[in-house]
Amino acid sequence: MFGEFDTQIVVKSLPFLWQGLQLSLLLTGLGILGGVAAGTLLALMRLSSFKVFSLFSATYVNLIRSVPLILVIFWFYFLVPLAIGRPVGSFYSALIAFIIFEAAYYSEIIRAGIQSVARGQVWAGQATGLGYWQIQRYIVLPQAFRNMVPILLTQAIILFQDTSLVFVVSLRDFMTASAIVAQKEGRLVEMYTFAAAVYFVICFAGSMLVKRLSKEIAR
Amino acid sequence: MITIDHISKWYGKFQVLADCSTGIERGEVVVVCGPSGSGKSTLIKCVNGLEPVQEGAIRVNDVAVTDAGTNMARLRSQIGMVFQHFELYPHMSVLNNICLAQEKVLNRSREEARAKARSLLQRIDLSDQADKYPGQLSGGQQQRVAIARALAMDPIAMLFDEPTSALDPEMINEVLDVMVELATEGMTMMVVTHEMGFARKVADRVIFMDEGRIVEDAPTEEFFNTPRSDRAQAFLAKILQH
Ligand SMILES: Nc1ncnc2c1ncn2[C@@H]1O[C@H](COP(=O)(O)OP(=O)(O)OP(=O)(O)O)[C@@H](O)[C@H]1O
Ligand SMILES: [Mg+2]
Repeated sequence: MFGEFDTQIVVKSLPFLWQGLQLSLLLTGLGILGGVAAGTLLALMRLSSFKVFSLFSATYVNLIRSVPLILVIFWFYFLVPLAIGRPVGSFYSALIAFIIFEAAYYSEIIRAGIQSVARGQVWAGQATGLGYWQIQRYIVLPQAFRNMVPILLTQAIILFQDTSLVFVVSLRDFMTASAIVAQKEGRLVEMYTFAAAVYFVICFAGSMLVKRLSKEIAR
Repeated sequence: MITIDHISKWYGKFQVLADCSTGIERGEVVVVCGPSGSGKSTLIKCVNGLEPVQEGAIRVNDVAVTDAGTNMARLRSQIGMVFQHFELYPHMSVLNNICLAQEKVLNRSREEARAKARSLLQRIDLSDQADKYPGQLSGGQQQRVAIARALAMDPIAMLFDEPTSALDPEMINEVLDVMVELATEGMTMMVVTHEMGFARKVADRVIFMDEGRIVEDAPTEEFFNTPRSDRAQAFLAKILQH
């Protein structure tokens, strides 16, 4: 096993690994989109003056944040089918779990972003007769998101790494694909080194981007 | 046109406004002054319902601002408001700042809104800044744009909350000039300011507030020449020294 470092095996399994990486990226992308959409709604509810909304949002966020992600994935894969009487499917159960989980984290980030927008901006919108949703859409959220881009991206990098958990519902993400090849070919060193390198490159590039954007925004 | 009828307001236990009553006629210019924390901003925000009141009533053109059933968006679109810190939308160009509410509230077409914005920019001498962002303008220019944004809605009255107090001294006049012009054109205005030169020049009346009360409400000349209350006298003495 610690003999020759066989690069050939990596090259040979690239198409298979690429499929895994695509799944990881797809889950990350859709997870972010869904998570940001749901998170925005939760953040607005949390900041709402209607007690029911803010209470619901606070409860949701605290609940989700106190369970591990893998539990949410299991929950959707095993328990929800019991409740609705038919299987959800690995991909959708994983995706829904990610969205539900990420929404809780994103909502806290977005809430802070919304609160970072000056109170006077809302007054200015109200004073010209704009309604609540118009003010959010045209005035508050664009400014909030601009301030939040780096931290949202940081969260996305974490989500990308977390997609490796989907092996528990037998989905083949990049990590799982690497592990399969490693086991089958008995090339643990090569495959896990390569997997680590790929994660490193993607996440490092991501955090460099975060740094640049932060600087840009601070200007 | 604007009637403020025995309003009182509390923040928790703290009373910000205590039994304030006054009125503003069509075309009248009223200056509100008083020491910091006396409730001037709060009073002016109550007029367009940005702050609720707990007692009393406010009517604008016989529409009750303080009624639950009032269409606030419609009412607010008819009253322009200018803030101490401009509150331009930093992520939008000057032109879009002036167009947003025209399009979304008054449902004007993009062309119509732009045409209106351009003619207002011309009027305040900022035609060449239309495509810049607020952050690229000086404070005085930003405040003029904020005035244009309010005027774009064709308001029946304008509220100003210390429009020049965040400005460098050399920029105060360019903003006051626009306001004087508005006043002489007959705009109904309620202006919180400590610019007594402006008050003397265009105000019909001056309201002096202290600790949430309207202590003095008098025609301009009378206010400056024979202020009745000690507090107004002391305030004037202090402010006119500068
Ligand atoms: N949201 C709020 N919650 C609690 N207290 C407030 C709030 N807004 C204002 N106040 C208090 O109400 C009082 C009046 O405030 P206001 O802003 O109306 O005063 P002002 O006359 O405009 O003062 P300044 O000249 O400093 O602008 C102040 O003591 C202020 O601390
Ligand atoms: Mg004030």
